[in-house]
Amino acid sequence: MGKANSGGNKVITKTSWKNAFKRDWQLYVMLLFPLIMVFVFSYAAYPGMRMAFMDYKPIKGYAGSDWVGFGMFKKIFSDPEFTKALRNSIIFNLLDLLIGFPMPIILALILNELRYARFKKVAQTILYLPHFLSWAIVGSVAYTMFRPSTGLVNIALMNAGLIEKGIPFMTEKWHWAVTYLLINVWQTMGWGTILYLAAITGISGELYEAAMIDGANRWKRMWYITLPGIKSTVVTLLIMNLGKVMGSNLERLTALGNTQVTDFQFQLAIYIYNRGISNGKFSQATAANLFQSLVGLALVLLSDRIAKKLGEDGLL
Amino acid sequence: MAKKNKNNEVTVSSGGEHAVNKFRFSDFVMMAVIVILCASCVLPFIHVAAKSISGNTAVMAKAVYFLPKDITFDAFKRVFGDDSMTYSMVFSAGITLIFTLLGMIVCTCAAYPLSKKRLKGKQVITFLLMVPMYFGAGIIPSYLLYQDLHILDTWWVLVLPLIYSPYNMLIMKNFFQNTIPDSLEESAFLDGASNFQILWKIVLPLSKPILATLSLFYAVGRWNAYSDNMYYTRDNKLKMIQYKLYQLVASANEAQTASLADTGGASQSVPEVLQAASIMFVTVPIIIIYPFLQKYFVKGTMIGAVKG
Repeated sequence: MGKANSGGNKVITKTSWKNAFKRDWQLYVMLLFPLIMVFVFSYAAYPGMRMAFMDYKPIKGYAGSDWVGFGMFKKIFSDPEFTKALRNSIIFNLLDLLIGFPMPIILALILNELRYARFKKVAQTILYLPHFLSWAIVGSVAYTMFRPSTGLVNIALMNAGLIEKGIPFMTEKWHWAVTYLLINVWQTMGWGTILYLAAITGISGELYEAAMIDGANRWKRMWYITLPGIKSTVVTLLIMNLGKVMGSNLERLTALGNTQVTDFQFQLAIYIYNRGISNGKFSQATAANLFQSLVGLALVLLSDRIAKKLGEDGLL
Repeated sequence: MAKKNKNNEVTVSSGGEHAVNKFRFSDFVMMAVIVILCASCVLPFIHVAAKSISGNTAVMAKAVYFLPKDITFDAFKRVFGDDSMTYSMVFSAGITLIFTLLGMIVCTCAAYPLSKKRLKGKQVITFLLMVPMYFGAGIIPSYLLYQDLHILDTWWVLVLPLIYSPYNMLIMKNFFQNTIPDSLEESAFLDGASNFQILWKIVLPLSKPILATLSLFYAVGRWNAYSDNMYYTRDNKLKMIQYKLYQLVASANEAQTASLADTGGASQSVPEVLQAASIMFVTVPIIIIYPFLQKYFVKGTMIGAVKG
């Protein structure tokens, strides 16, 4: 009873558990459903993570397999495949952030300045579209557009006389890296504007009027009014995205990947899939996965802390 | 100060922004940028659509841009005639429906009680329900768990593990807290209504917009995702349509790269036109309903951004 009072800075009229149940038993019954779901399908898997510290053999099970302490982690960190996957993941995620993050801000600024409401609305509807498509669709359309011989982009460039031979957008690793990153920009740019546009509507119109009277031109107004007005949204979203630097999306990597570009496409999700599901090296895959999750969690907590230090709303 | 105010009034009365702003070069540049970006979102699909109803030889001759040539619906006939494709489509629709329904139920069961300030133990329960969003056990432990639960390689694995979504729960909880006035429920409570009755007769009817939004989040999320399909199922009968499309295009690509340097011709396992028709088959349902969904999505994302 005593420890149940949270906060403690106010005088809270405490209800005993008995009365709470009597009044709200229906609410507790409802909560059973989601609680059962998280316990059965999420928490029940947590004990399985101990295989990262074992040399787990499916035939022997948990009881029969040997404990190896941090041996598995030592093993994966000396595994060149893992370090390659880790390096690729971090580099590509940072590049995603670097290239992909500013685009929605720029686009939101432009959309905000558009003068025809109808035009703006249609443009928004079209720009949001890629967000609603699966990676299977995005990947297959990308291949249709970028194939060296029959892809539309290459045909157009060849007909225009700009190139003689098709550019291997999807099948040569450096070209692929650029395509991979730009497709992400393309997919996220429209949808990413939503929160910025919402923040912009919160800026007082009087500020703009005053600035216009003082002779500030459009660019000055953007720079001195709109951008400062969405600063906190930018900071919050930037920090949230920093927390995703360890992430890795199997669907994106496989939908855009092929055997020619494995040097760059080989990232953590692929490593875990190959080791765990394809090769049955359960302990290695789990150790890699656990490392990824823990670093990811640490980054999220750190970002949250930083956001709050800067006086922004955190995430948690 | 007074002078400024006066000026201000003058500009406002003489037509506000439009009187001050003429159509400038910068307006033109901005519109051009937006038009180009919009084109990048639309043209690829027009191109694929044109290819899908063109003759194979016209496509091979690189004569198809945004208008079909030698119009034929053979490829679509083959796609619709392929039982495994139509089966996957129906299967995906069924799974999506069940998933959305169960998801909404479990989401409401979590969000409504937790939106009540008076609920005892609220903090602990919220914490328990939020942790999985930030820390998952990982693929292999989940895989083995599903094996123990005997749902591996059954359709249950495509539904049950993901129906409870902390993110959607937060959105719904925020909505309940911010838009349903406490006084409304209190008066119903005093009239002797139970919690269930209040939820069913008062809260849910007032929450239709958010129910629509979250149903769409669930439905589109399920419809588009297929990594669990890759991890946890082997059976061909359990392939959802997105996974099917991915495999079809991936196998075509591998065949093409294997047949050396992309000669672009006869050696393709899946002809380009058939690929295009398959892509359209999977994409068109989304494109048709998308304009109607969009505004609900925008709304939901905004509510989700407000911390609860």
